[in-house]
Amino acid sequence: MYEAVIGLEVHVQLSTNSKIFSGSSTAFGAEPNTQASLIDLGMPGVLPVPNAKVFEMAIKFGLAIDAKIEQESIFDRKNYFYPDLPKGYQISQFEKPIVGPGRVTIMLDNGTTKTINITRAHLEEDAGKSVHDVFDGMTGIDLNRAGTPLLEIVSEPELRSAKEAVAYLKVIHSIIRYLDISDGNMAEGSMRCDCNVSIQPKGSDVLGTRTEIKNVNSFRFVEKAIDTEIHRQIEILEDGGRVVQETRLYDPDKDETRPMRSKEEANDYRYFPDPDLLPVVLDSSFIEACNASLPELPATRRARYIAEYGITEYDAGVLVADRDLADYFAEVANISGEGKLAANWVMGSVLAELNQTSKSIIEFPVSAKQLSDLVSRIKDNTLNSKTAKTVFDALLTSDGEVDTIIEQEGLVQMTDTSAIETIVDEVISENSTQATNYRAAPADKRPKMLGFFVGQVMKKSQGKANPQAVNQILASKLAD
Amino acid sequence: MSLTSDHVKRVAKLARLGLTDAETAEILAQLNSILNLVDQMQQIDTKNVMPLAHPLELKQTLRADAVTEMDQREKFQNTAPQVNAGLYLVPRVVE
Repeated sequence: MYEAVIGLEVHVQLSTNSKIFSGSSTAFGAEPNTQASLIDLGMPGVLPVPNAKVFEMAIKFGLAIDAKIEQESIFDRKNYFYPDLPKGYQISQFEKPIVGPGRVTIMLDNGTTKTINITRAHLEEDAGKSVHDVFDGMTGIDLNRAGTPLLEIVSEPELRSAKEAVAYLKVIHSIIRYLDISDGNMAEGSMRCDCNVSIQPKGSDVLGTRTEIKNVNSFRFVEKAIDTEIHRQIEILEDGGRVVQETRLYDPDKDETRPMRSKEEANDYRYFPDPDLLPVVLDSSFIEACNASLPELPATRRARYIAEYGITEYDAGVLVADRDLADYFAEVANISGEGKLAANWVMGSVLAELNQTSKSIIEFPVSAKQLSDLVSRIKDNTLNSKTAKTVFDALLTSDGEVDTIIEQEGLVQMTDTSAIETIVDEVISENSTQATNYRAAPADKRPKMLGFFVGQVMKKSQGKANPQAVNQILASKLAD
Repeated sequence: MSLTSDHVKRVAKLARLGLTDAETAEILAQLNSILNLVDQMQQIDTKNVMPLAHPLELKQTLRADAVTEMDQREKFQNTAPQVNAGLYLVPRVVE
């Protein structure tokens, strides 16, 4: 039996207006090289000047993971040659990063929690983009992305499975979204993940040789890439082979990892302090201001939702993972005063609709006010679960008031007992054979047979009868 | 510590420099004399000296997060050896 040892390096693009060392715009989607200044192009005779905002963002992240914030940090040069890195080095932080050791808590499938230590988080610049396969024998270079600020978050190798790695990544994603320091969009590359994977015999403390899977760009691919790589390494060891330390790429189409060629040949970055940049020394007041502007973080909010709305730990975990979804839920719960019902609807119909349409809650057509009206009408028995779904579907496509829709569609729930009794009587007389069978049946078979009658009554009432009342009246009338 | 010509060749490769054997020998001698100087400096007791990241004992100034650079692509690309569709072209880097 083997055990996996996984550590992640997560690169997060910080959502500043300008680049980390120049005044070029970082806006996404501009024409190639229109946002690449002399500094971004690596021209001689110009000097980088750091953007204060990136320190504010990094510090907020550090405070959110309970990390040590370094008042003094240093930029180093990481040297390698690749055409999308015009200076021949990337400005990064090596020996003295801005954020020291911290930790986050992840939720495991069995409901328990696990603390994952974070080694460090440091600031660096992104490289440009290379366009292969378009120009005959040539590579095209777009340097708009060169110099975009990145925060690289390095975990300790404390993750033990692909699932844990994804849980960790989701916590990091949730934190950066709450802090609003990045849009966290993995598909567009605003959050990228390198996975260090090794395996060792279970219980052993001798670390196996690790491989690094570069630039995985979705939660699902992180899980699949790690699982695939663990299996590959197990097979090598089982066949008596040796895992080679190397950088690999994950191919989602073939669901395999394969060694990366080209730039990794000589992994010798020759880090040294960048003489173009002085040590950055931040005042305590700067750090204190970051602390004062911290929003409520996911873990705190989860605890608050459990206490305030009486929802389960699991529900609270799902709801707070996305800040916008959490806000939406809270609004529905606050207006309607119904925490549990609101949670059921947001986690049920709302999330299902979002998943199906691949939309975010921001683009969702049903406002929190509309959903809270719906929840209120369920609570006061105007709607039952079936008619409520009809109203919800109507809200998805039209922009009406809940009460107007209920009126227009004639959906007011029938709670008038005599009206329901009339329908029940009709149904029993129309289905006399079934009624006779029911009365002849032993008591333990009856509940199941009652379902038939309930269905008929609901149908006849066009779904408007209160199901609890229907059940009661049917059971007593059929018992005669 | 003293270097061998293999060290010099490796560093030259990392820096993408092509050296002739004569140049390698010449640079080897120069680098070794620099390292000798470093060896001398190593003799000094620096136990009570703070490590220095920069010879200037100053703090870095920071700038506000504002876009101050205008698009000068046309000007910059005038001096580039080859451009196409706004991209800088370089010899192909992957097979």
